[in-house]
Amino acid sequence: MYHYDATDKAIVQARVRQFRGQTERFLAGQLSEDDFRPLRLQNGLYIQRHAPMLRIAIPYGLLSSTQLRTLADITGRYDRGTGHFTTRQNLQLNWIELPKVPDILEQLASVEMHAIQTSGNCIRNITTDQFAGIAEDEIADPRPWAEVLRQWSTFHPEFAYLPRKFKVAISGSLDDRAAIRVHDMGLQLVKNDAGEIGFTVYAGGGLGRTPLIGQKMIDFLPWQHLLTYSEALVRVYNRYGRRDNPYKARIKILVKAIGSEEFARQVEEEWLHIKDGPNTLTAEEVARVANQFAPPAYAAYPASTSTLASIAAQHNDKAFSRWLERNVHAHKVPGYAAVTLSLKTPGAAPGDATVAQMEAAAALADEFSFGELRVTHEQNLVLADVPHKDLHAVWQRAKASGLASANIGLLADMIVCPGGDFCSLANAKSLPIAAAIHERFADLDYLFDIGDLELNISGCMNSCGHHHLGAIGILGVDKHGEEWYQITLGGAQGNAARIGEVIGRSFAAAEIPDVIERMIETYLAQRHADESFKDTVARIGLPPFREAAYRKNEPTGEPVHG
Amino acid sequence: MAKQLIKHGQLVDDRWQALALADGATDGDAAALPIPAGQVIIPAPVWLAQRDALCSRADAGDIAVSLAPTFRVEDIAQDVQRFAMIAVEFPKFIDGRGYSTARLLRERYAYRGELRAVGNIGRDQLFYLKRVGFDAFLIPPGQDAAAALQSLNDFPEVYQGAVDQPLPLFRRRTA
Ligand code: SF4
Repeated sequence: MYHYDATDKAIVQARVRQFRGQTERFLAGQLSEDDFRPLRLQNGLYIQRHAPMLRIAIPYGLLSSTQLRTLADITGRYDRGTGHFTTRQNLQLNWIELPKVPDILEQLASVEMHAIQTSGNCIRNITTDQFAGIAEDEIADPRPWAEVLRQWSTFHPEFAYLPRKFKVAISGSLDDRAAIRVHDMGLQLVKNDAGEIGFTVYAGGGLGRTPLIGQKMIDFLPWQHLLTYSEALVRVYNRYGRRDNPYKARIKILVKAIGSEEFARQVEEEWLHIKDGPNTLTAEEVARVANQFAPPAYAAYPASTSTLASIAAQHNDKAFSRWLERNVHAHKVPGYAAVTLSLKTPGAAPGDATVAQMEAAAALADEFSFGELRVTHEQNLVLADVPHKDLHAVWQRAKASGLASANIGLLADMIVCPGGDFCSLANAKSLPIAAAIHERFADLDYLFDIGDLELNISGCMNSCGHHHLGAIGILGVDKHGEEWYQITLGGAQGNAARIGEVIGRSFAAAEIPDVIERMIETYLAQRHADESFKDTVARIGLPPFREAAYRKNEPTGEPVHG
Repeated sequence: MAKQLIKHGQLVDDRWQALALADGATDGDAAALPIPAGQVIIPAPVWLAQRDALCSRADAGDIAVSLAPTFRVEDIAQDVQRFAMIAVEFPKFIDGRGYSTARLLRERYAYRGELRAVGNIGRDQLFYLKRVGFDAFLIPPGQDAAAALQSLNDFPEVYQGAVDQPLPLFRRRTA
């Protein structure tokens, strides 16, 4: 992973000093709340329902075990013992005291971490694929490019006061696992016929009140021009994005208003002025950064010795087999696999990890995965480089720490925002809904029978829980001061990203588990062999599900999973 | 009165008189605005409306223009070398359009004269303002301009090339 040199360190330390001064001035009454707000936001600090919330950046989701241990220490020392991993691969702490924040930032800086630009109207933390560098379908490793962009966007002097936040995601594989089409700017690594690296650039995607899929700006942007093109694109947005209404200020509204072709033309025109200027990337810089993402010292295992199936057969343990099936993923190096540590264990809030779990995950990384971890946008942790021979040991250890729920990709692997329990913007709570669904679908046999299903929950239109992209999406809405929930169906992430459709009037919290169950039963009754929920919805359409969702007080017969 | 203008890293007296147009002013209002003698800052639409009459005063160094966030800098591009000073307005510091305006003035239109940030700005914006090409900052009354001056040194290094340092860090890193 990328390690700071003396200059990187000096820059982050200067930020700690700057923010310490700003905090002191605020606490001394020399800086008004209005003047302090944008400054604290650009350091990830929100004022929440109960206490300030601090969002710590985990650039492109990559963590060393040392960094995770430091996060655990901070969580234990300054919070109440639980951290929340977000869909943007960051960590949120919900019980922070404002005067302590400079000390926390200082501790973060000691392990090359920070909270820079994790909020505010600026370029945010850049996200990517949790399987970067190990995926078999990878065109090129996205992490060096994400780091190059991180440096470019860090304290970018022109773009600290944009109309609204600006999120960038980058994918290096054929299968987009970074949701690049729902970002303000999405980058897809591609190779041209000559084998040269470049990017297909998308802009104007996003969720929120007006969900839109990003539009293509340019087919092949040679890598040398990544920064100048990005600068041109953000500049056009900075100059012409709406500033009169925060709900209409994202770049997607501008792209939609003037049309993606016209927007792309303006970007191109701007770019031609700065193309080949000093910010043009050099091969030396790309090599300097890429070297730090060189593969670890893999052992040479013969390609044929083990497969996941043979490992399962060898142990003959149903629980372990299930974990192998759901939580273990292919790796491009023979004899290795990637392991997802589930943060979706029923009884805990999705994405939450306790201090002990963070420490256990860090220890697993040290012993079995070259001391590194990744945070996924589905709010789990990944050990990317585990030898096949160690999978059983990793499973046992993970199980002991409550990190081995064999539910990755299943209905229980919900993406859920913190919602009304913590977030002051929420219309409704999301965590109790997730808990009720976990409870209703506690039977693992039933979950396996249902198979792949993305269920996403957001507590308000800001859509931090990506509900639009869930095969089933749940959105908290406010009706005359009461909490209600709207359901969308048919959303999808990845290459075929699609915004789900609202099925009809919203439901009370107590109705949700029944509604979900009736829709699932409809799927089980209607599905073709090996057809996922999402595919059945696509084939037969919304009406049967809508009908099931609103069918009331009818005996549903024997429960299928009885 | 305390000095509130920072120029080239020093606190100095401000000799310019700023004129303003009312909100919703028309082209006619811009054409009719009387321009007093001495060094005056006029809104860019006033310059466009009275250009012919003001050229000789501008060439004598008495005319500066101020650019509102909505004003397209392209519209005065051909005149920038005539101005002794250009003021970019920040009615609210969270409106960052003026940062792009400044870079365009410096980098695209090669403006070398005084570029002044005015309005709702303070020490927490100065470092970025300097980086995009401002060399003068009018600190609002009531704010400690001397303390603001210190913030120009908040960061020892920068990543991206901009006006004050055109070369990005990656072209300057030593091994
Ligand atoms: S979706 Fe709404 S409720 Fe949930 S975290 Fe985001 S802003 Fe808060």
